[in-house]
Amino acid sequence: MMFAAATAALCVAMLLALVRALLGPTLFDRVLAVNSFGTKTVLMIAMLGFLTDRPDFTDIALLYALINFVGTLAVLKFFRYGSFARPGGRAQQGEGE
Amino acid sequence: MVLTVLLIIRLHNLFAIVMLSGIFSLLAATFFVVVDGVDVAFTEAAVGAGISTVLMLGALMLCGRTEKIPDRKTVLPLLVAVVTGAALVYGTLDMPYYGDPEAPIHQHVAPRYINDSLAETSVPNMVTAVLASYRGYDTLGEVAVIFTAGIGVLVLLSRIKLGRRKEDEDAA
Repeated sequence: MMFAAATAALCVAMLLALVRALLGPTLFDRVLAVNSFGTKTVLMIAMLGFLTDRPDFTDIALLYALINFVGTLAVLKFFRYGSFARPGGRAQQGEGE
Repeated sequence: MVLTVLLIIRLHNLFAIVMLSGIFSLLAATFFVVVDGVDVAFTEAAVGAGISTVLMLGALMLCGRTEKIPDRKTVLPLLVAVVTGAALVYGTLDMPYYGDPEAPIHQHVAPRYINDSLAETSVPNMVTAVLASYRGYDTLGEVAVIFTAGIGVLVLLSRIKLGRRKEDEDAA
């Protein structure tokens, strides 16, 4: 019962994040919305694992958390520097070679 | 999910669309977990929400952030999509129910694997027998793919290291 309530609350939170991704006036609102949506997905998978009596889903949820983190970092870095190479590093010099 | 797709179609800000497609991938991954396809879900999250979002952003850098309004209405693609979707839905009508023990996949070769795999392959573990003997070529292909990916990663890493050494020499 408790898990079901938590899952319902998660659904509401996911909807709210979706609304923010849709309305978000700036770019960073949207990035943050996707990031928090990913976190909600992680929680959702863990909750589903407990709802269906398979707590080993928690491991999978942890992997999702890793992907989410790296993905958000990649997107933000892309916007800051325009590429994935180190800022001011080898990539810019490498293109001249 | 349907809401997300409708929003993607309606919106004209391409950046928002890329972000929404990431969200769609995460939703699809949750869906796959619900129907017990955990590995598929994981691939969807990694490729759909991770790599393809980044690739789309790279494309966005090249082509600008707002959508161009097409000159004329396109009816044919919509028709093709609807017909294909209807055919797919029609195809699922014949499928056995989820988890049905009478389904063909449980009746066709599975009993033979269970009964005869020890005699035929003399591998005591049933899963190993299927992977390494019955599906040997399939597994060989998968190993080749993973091996190639590993070599690629090693080459990239060693290039980074070589580049640093060259910079050090230049500095000295």
